[in-house]
Amino acid sequence: MSKYLLNKFLFTVDRDPELVERYREDPAATVAMWEDAYANRLLNCVQEESSTWLRLEEAERAALVAHDYPALFELGAHPFLTLTLFIAMFERDHGPMGFQTEYARRVAHISMPYPDIAT
Amino acid sequence: MAELVAVIASTHHPFYYRASTATGDDRPPFADEWVRKVEAFRETLTKARPDVLVMVGSDHFHQLWLDNMPQFLVGKAPFYDANFYNEEREFGLPKMLCRGQEDLSAHLLREGIDAGFDLAFSNELRIDHSITCPIITLRPQNDLPIVPIYTNIFAPPLPRPQRFVQLGQTIRRMVESWPSDQRVAVIGTGHLSLELGGPRQFGPTGPDPVFDRKAVEWISSGDLEGCLSEVTLDSLHLPGNATHGFMDFMLMMGVAGEGRKADYVDTYDLFHTMEAYFTWYPAGGRP
Repeated sequence: MSKYLLNKFLFTVDRDPELVERYREDPAATVAMWEDAYANRLLNCVQEESSTWLRLEEAERAALVAHDYPALFELGAHPFLTLTLFIAMFERDHGPMGFQTEYARRVAHISMPYPDIAT
Repeated sequence: MAELVAVIASTHHPFYYRASTATGDDRPPFADEWVRKVEAFRETLTKARPDVLVMVGSDHFHQLWLDNMPQFLVGKAPFYDANFYNEEREFGLPKMLCRGQEDLSAHLLREGIDAGFDLAFSNELRIDHSITCPIITLRPQNDLPIVPIYTNIFAPPLPRPQRFVQLGQTIRRMVESWPSDQRVAVIGTGHLSLELGGPRQFGPTGPDPVFDRKAVEWISSGDLEGCLSEVTLDSLHLPGNATHGFMDFMLMMGVAGEGRKADYVDTYDLFHTMEAYFTWYPAGGRP
């Protein structure tokens, strides 16, 4: 499991308006591009000093490609990051607070204790 | 020495700015009462006539990230730009610029490290809504210099509740030993029960009204002992998955002092979370 990298995807996409739109419109291509171009990028270093070992697990990649936020929750992605990015992508398709309440319903089957989010 | 003129603990609700500035059909039904409560709360700071604000909050994965995550960080910069693109996008928060009080930052860092807190620091910090929300609610003219202090309530492993209290107690001692004639207010924001990204989010009230009532009682009566006897890193998962932000309230109880009753208490039940506002005047019941 690479919760850290899952979180890194959510974090780096969420802060970039262009990536938010690309991920909304074409998740499979965006995840593939991101793994290639961003996954190993150390955010405070130059490109030449990127890491060499980071890779998403298959279940993580599948959840990201499917926009499957309940699965991301169950995989231990940080819920704040997931929520913020998915609101950015899909709130616009719903009435006021409509997406947030649907989100709660779609994760309603998850009981305490929630999956561990420690990285 | 500097004088600690007010200690303020508050929730930081990122929707306040939008709710309070909305007009016509866009204005939510709870906005007018919310504004009334916030303006009354603001008066408790205004009356204390502070010159400098020490602002305790928690970065929400904006500038601080998992590749280099500090537990406690003090900003030391002449200015702080504020609010991030995703806060503008989701909450409608404006871009802001705050002045810094670098000599107080330097004092807190030196004395804090010497007191056993290996504080991280930042010379270029963009602050987020955990600090700008209380500026908007309590000092909207944004005319006072600040020292931002960030705590990690967000990315485990977290410091334990006791450590937040100890840092609060230490901040108080350090502010009161700052060789300056300035009047300092310490303002910290956190959460009562809160769920984000989980099944209990965005309900008609906060996810755990029983916890909220208990928390308000602990804070308003200064019952650190009772609070510490019940609150642990594990227990904070139960009222809601983002409730670890309550530890910033515990830090502020440490600043205010054990057994010290708040001089001003107000709450407001909103959808999603309960708002809670507390002010202590260290010199006595009134500034």
